[in-house]
Amino acid sequence: MAERPRAIVDSGVISPLRTTHPHPFEVVLRPDAGWRRSLEFASIWQYRDLLSLLVWRDFVSKYKQTILGPLWFIIQPLSMTLVFTVIFGKIAGLSTDGLPPVLFYLCGQLGWSYFAQNFSSNSATFVANAGLFGKVYFPRLVVPLAALVSNLFAFAIQVATFVCFYIYFKYGRGAGGFGMDWHVILLPLLVLQTAVLSLGVGLVMSALTAKYRDLTHLSALLIQVWMYATPVIYPLSGFPVEWRSIAALNPMTPIVEAFRLLLLGVGTVEPLHIVCSIATTAAVMIAGLLLFGRIEKTFVDIV
Amino acid sequence: MSQPIIAVRNVSKAYRLGAIGATSLRDEAARLWELARGRGSNGSHNASKEFWALRDVSFDVQPGEVVGIIGRNGAGKSTLLKILSRITQQTSGEITLRGRVASLLEVGTGFHPDLTGRENIFLNGAILGMSKAEIRRKFDEIVAFAEVDQFIDTPVKRYSSGMHVRLAFAIAAHLEPEILIIDEVLAVGDAAFQQKCLGKMDQVAARDGRTVLFVSHNMGAVQSLCGRAVWLDAGEVKQDGPTAQVIGGYLQTMMTLEGMPVGDRTDRSGNGPARLTDVLVESTDLGPVIRPTSRLKITLRYKSSERLRRSRFLIGIYDYTNTGIYALNSEGVTSVEPGLAEEGTVTAVTDPINLTPGRCYLNVALLTDDVTVDYLQHAANFTVSATDGHEEGFVPTRDWVLCVLKHQWSFQAQS
Repeated sequence: MAERPRAIVDSGVISPLRTTHPHPFEVVLRPDAGWRRSLEFASIWQYRDLLSLLVWRDFVSKYKQTILGPLWFIIQPLSMTLVFTVIFGKIAGLSTDGLPPVLFYLCGQLGWSYFAQNFSSNSATFVANAGLFGKVYFPRLVVPLAALVSNLFAFAIQVATFVCFYIYFKYGRGAGGFGMDWHVILLPLLVLQTAVLSLGVGLVMSALTAKYRDLTHLSALLIQVWMYATPVIYPLSGFPVEWRSIAALNPMTPIVEAFRLLLLGVGTVEPLHIVCSIATTAAVMIAGLLLFGRIEKTFVDIV
Repeated sequence: MSQPIIAVRNVSKAYRLGAIGATSLRDEAARLWELARGRGSNGSHNASKEFWALRDVSFDVQPGEVVGIIGRNGAGKSTLLKILSRITQQTSGEITLRGRVASLLEVGTGFHPDLTGRENIFLNGAILGMSKAEIRRKFDEIVAFAEVDQFIDTPVKRYSSGMHVRLAFAIAAHLEPEILIIDEVLAVGDAAFQQKCLGKMDQVAARDGRTVLFVSHNMGAVQSLCGRAVWLDAGEVKQDGPTAQVIGGYLQTMMTLEGMPVGDRTDRSGNGPARLTDVLVESTDLGPVIRPTSRLKITLRYKSSERLRRSRFLIGIYDYTNTGIYALNSEGVTSVEPGLAEEGTVTAVTDPINLTPGRCYLNVALLTDDVTVDYLQHAANFTVSATDGHEEGFVPTRDWVLCVLKHQWSFQAQS
């Protein structure tokens, strides 16, 4: 068996390896000490096509074998709104800040359900993709980022549903006492914060569930409890003033209230609460990135 | 000499044995509780539970080289590839990669069953690191190579497993990484497609000047594809050099291992309440001498801590290029109630083996409820000797074909 000739010599391939300069793709793999690691933002950019294809995969695979397709995103919040209106509005008699209950609940669910969806898709990142992660390398962060984008689609449909009801109540029924003004242009910032917060919490949970499987049950429970701790079905104004600051320790509280303030003109949002919420969001995001980065490198060994 | 495209320096990888498998919060809490009470003897206790899959592995690969990684199961080959392809991380040591890496650790991962072949080509290509533009450019070539043109808009869940594999390999083969890492892809697919894959890999390596790391148990494929081989044994580099030489050394060691009493060998796997203690291969008529048309009598001796219930023995017969020839299964005989005594022998007698003269070896396994209790590679070997007489008819040689086929000829004149 003759030794194969070095193919690169006669193949005519211009190899950058002939130089002594660092190779454009040079990577040095070292075991990480402690928490320190590079977050590979550059490589996420390299994999942007994967991100868009994952978004598109979610989209296509979700509707391929459903009858109603995207209609589910309308049915779901509407049925929840119906339940809330009957149980919390009519039976329990919770305040809706003087707003038509349907609009109140729909609006409360806007920010919340985007958050909740991101949370549940991201907290399972490692567990759900174990097979894939065990076989191929790509920046793992692409997966949760893609989830944020594909969930935006459901969010957009819900916004459209909300707008229809808004128009009906405002102009069809001539109901007064609410309305959006130019501040509504701040809405994208609010959505951005929701996305970042849900990503952060999702990353933390995904890292923890990768290590401790029992936490998958906790994350399902957590999201339910969290909803009741957030003014989705009741207004913050229903709290005594001195309790509001405690309620606002939940970073989702000012977000959901701000959604109502921007879209309906009624909401209890204080500057301090916003600052506090943004600071928490940033802290959670950093914690999430660190934990996620730590787990992603050795995750396959513990599955 | 240019810089190596892959430089592996003193790489070691430890697995914490207790940590393999999902940890539960309860276990962790129990551990912390023990520690808090000062009971868990942490340091030394943990060290004994470590398993070193790789120890101090170093080697360089030059651009354009095709390197085969060989070794027995559990020698650390897959761990090495996983580290090189960044799926997991080494415990110590450093690796420099000067080029994009694509790994085919298992083809077809990331296929979504509901998506069509066309959609999956894009998705899988992107997962493997291609951009959309790159995939679009290669699309027709991929489809043609995979021979799935008619089914390209059918969801892949309706594909046959052959089509699945062909499509997956086609995507991966059309990547343009500087470094391609391949692990046992060729174990799947029909022979014609395997040949095509080998050809494609040869082209990738020779004509395109790509660097290839190829892990396989198929010595024939390693020999024909790789100019150089690295032999890993128990996590260490045992030999590194020209393929023929390294394979020679590897096979030599395998044969020496077979000389050891089966019961004493430690290179076995399985969960262990029972052990195979001896394997004996002879012919039914001539004892130790085995002829191309002999019937084999294979006797397995075993010892168990309890009665063997619902158990079966598996014997695989291979030639020395690791081509599987025969598989024997005792299911239905040893698995029926009341099971087998704690200690004893089981014997299999075969029909004429019809093999050409040459060496063969046996892998043996004992399974209970389909769980491997004991498994031993290269448990025994035998040599089919050339016949001196002509009573057996035409017997070709091993380097030509593997099997002997009895046949009759007839002749008719054109009327």
